[in-house]
Amino acid sequence: MSSVLDVVLSSAFLAAALRIATPYLLAALGGLVAERAGISNIALEGQMLSAACTGALVAGYSGSVTVGALCGVAVATLLGVLLAALRLELGADAIIAGIGLNLLASGGTAYAVYSLLDDKGGTSGLKSGSLPTVTLPGVENVPVLGDVVSGQNMVTWLAFLAAPFVAWLFYRTRFGFHLRAVGEMPDAAASVGIAVRRVQYTGLALSGALAGLAGVFLSMGYVSFFVRDMTAGRGFIALAAVFLGGMRPWGVFLAALGFGAAEALAVQLGSLDVPPQLVSTIPYAMTLVALALYAWRRKRRGRVVPTAASL
Amino acid sequence: MNEPWGEDGPAVAARQVTKTYANGVRAVRAVDLEVPPGEIRAVVGENGAGKSTLMKMFYGLEQPSTGEILVGGRPRVLRGPASAIALGVGMVHQNLMLVPSFTIAQNVVLGVEPGRRGLVDPKAAVETTARLAEESGLTVDPKARVDEVSVGMRQRTEILKALHRQARVLILDEPTAVLTPQESEDLFAAVRRLRDGGMTVLFISHKLREVREISDQVSVMRAGALVGTIATADATERSLASMMVGRDMSLDVDRTPARPTDTTLRVRGLRYEAPTGQSLHGLDFDVAAGEIVGVAGIEGNGQSELAEILAGLRRPTTGTVHIDGTDTAGLDVAGHRRAGIGYVPEDRLHNGAALDASIADNLVVDRHERPPLARHGVLHPGAVRAHAEQLIDQYAIRTPDPSVPVRALSGGNMQKVIVARELSAQPSLLIASQVTRGVDIGAMRFMYERLVDARDTGAAVLLISADLTELLALSDRLLVLKDGRLVARFDDTTGLTEKRVGLYMLGVEEHDRGRLTTGLENVGEEAP
Repeated sequence: MSSVLDVVLSSAFLAAALRIATPYLLAALGGLVAERAGISNIALEGQMLSAACTGALVAGYSGSVTVGALCGVAVATLLGVLLAALRLELGADAIIAGIGLNLLASGGTAYAVYSLLDDKGGTSGLKSGSLPTVTLPGVENVPVLGDVVSGQNMVTWLAFLAAPFVAWLFYRTRFGFHLRAVGEMPDAAASVGIAVRRVQYTGLALSGALAGLAGVFLSMGYVSFFVRDMTAGRGFIALAAVFLGGMRPWGVFLAALGFGAAEALAVQLGSLDVPPQLVSTIPYAMTLVALALYAWRRKRRGRVVPTAASL
Repeated sequence: MNEPWGEDGPAVAARQVTKTYANGVRAVRAVDLEVPPGEIRAVVGENGAGKSTLMKMFYGLEQPSTGEILVGGRPRVLRGPASAIALGVGMVHQNLMLVPSFTIAQNVVLGVEPGRRGLVDPKAAVETTARLAEESGLTVDPKARVDEVSVGMRQRTEILKALHRQARVLILDEPTAVLTPQESEDLFAAVRRLRDGGMTVLFISHKLREVREISDQVSVMRAGALVGTIATADATERSLASMMVGRDMSLDVDRTPARPTDTTLRVRGLRYEAPTGQSLHGLDFDVAAGEIVGVAGIEGNGQSELAEILAGLRRPTTGTVHIDGTDTAGLDVAGHRRAGIGYVPEDRLHNGAALDASIADNLVVDRHERPPLARHGVLHPGAVRAHAEQLIDQYAIRTPDPSVPVRALSGGNMQKVIVARELSAQPSLLIASQVTRGVDIGAMRFMYERLVDARDTGAAVLLISADLTELLALSDRLLVLKDGRLVARFDDTTGLTEKRVGLYMLGVEEHDRGRLTTGLENVGEEAP
């Protein structure tokens, strides 16, 4: 048991937790923006996957990591706009349309990689490089802190900045104000002259962009190549984090961080004498426990706080 | 911020306005309406008379098919609420358009937030709201969340919203439907103050008494057309009602005194702990066969919970309910129906009918498994149809055919389907919840007659309604619910006024327990 504790307290584990939490953070905040705009973005998974694939391919062929990353984010943004269009223009169910986009992304990326590189597995044959890491000159040599914080990928930094950014957007800006109103009461927003659709399109574009950044991190930060279906359900876990976090930016931030830590734990414990099958269930078991806890707490709160009927 | 208005002429006007929807329904026909500035104009009419559609055109939510809308003396093209707001038109919708999780101040400024460079200044929002509330006399708490305040305050918030946008024309769509008499009077006082400050007010209603109280002139609409405009001073409720329906019609119910016999419903020590919504705290009352007992109260004070418990849709925490001596504890909904309960739910769209199923199917849902409609578990379509045709005839449901889906019916006819089903089951207790909500005068009168008929043939009727006029017209006895408690019991409703009942609804007055439980047997034996 003490070996488990050693693992958890090691700086290597903490650094891994931050790294692994990165895609969860970005995708979950993306999911949050869409959810608060009133359209569930089930397509987070597909947007991440498309961005990961586009990023690796474009970077590989153009030789520019920056261009690759930007193209990846752009593709995910367009998928976000596409989901909004399917919902708003054609009246499609957002869940069904999202599932459709996920299947399209899974098949489409595999097809693109196969037709370009003649490889069914991924782009490991292509040299596409990865996004730069950030070393902090002073902090680098501080024990533990230096190991954990310094040398993280720049996208990890962006992911941690995304939470305050989304909170600021939601609660301080006019756009965030309108976005929340549109998601909660579209009729009320429309009746005061807010352009409901435009707000929802913008929200879904932002959602896609955040998911895209998460995807780009997977193929250009985590590793430096694209593997078929490499998102492995992260989009759905991110969606769970949206609800677990109570649809609030900092709540979602903590939930996503929790999922990242759980997965990091699973990875680190793999080196110990624990059955790997058991270890790999940790993130999922944690999801279930957390969701149950959340539901229980909400039920209790519902009972304690009476609906005030002041006159 | 407002676009300029002409020097004189009407504040708002419609010239030969017709609205034809894409499906061919003509909601408004060739309406000419002029409202001078500084007037309170009531617009009355039955449901479907076109008054809401006309107002939506003034607010830019609908565009006229032909004709023109004038605001501030000039013809305007209103592409959406934004352009109406820019011209100084504000609207308070019947179902309030507020964001529940936002504070009152946030709702007031939504769409025109104070602040610079895309940011919102929350302090300025609160200050603006407080100032507007002060000036207009519409009291609100700017920092309270909308979902935590009363309906009356929400409505005041809506009016402040319009004021914040510097509205010069205010459209109020059935504003008193959800208010107590006292709240309505406060609203009227505020509206008069606004009028005296130069505001033009369009007041939509079908409560003729209120129209007479608040308006300067009344415009009456029927079947999409404007029947006429008369000075309120010259109008009587009766003359307005006959203009609305096109023939002489009154809502006075001929009602012989009740002849109550044995106790049908006996409720003792009924407590219900609601996870969300209103809990009930120890109710004791009886309803006898052959009487109508009304339940008054501001909405959300436990009426819905009580109705659903009696119908078997919720289980009480403690206490007992007996129907004709049968204890309903442990019975499912079907068991409750077998025990003799009929239930007209308050929300007919969600709980009253299967909207996409036919009228015929909706009329048999509680009896489809029994002869003559079915034998050995197989339905007889012929019998189902014959059953439907008989009830359609008996309850004057206006439809071309029993196979028409219920969704296609008007509110009044939809309600008739539900009432036909419930009453034809010959319940010993009928729970009628908001039975005339959103139905027109003709259907309303029909419902009233049916309820009195049911009473006279020996049913016990528990009438739950937000409409005090209706309760006082129909009830032989009246109970008042406040915060999940019975606070008043009137065994004789003659001479009882709405204002007096309103005092109990607000909790200003309360009957003592002795009076509430007079003549009830076995009170307290089940109470904890």
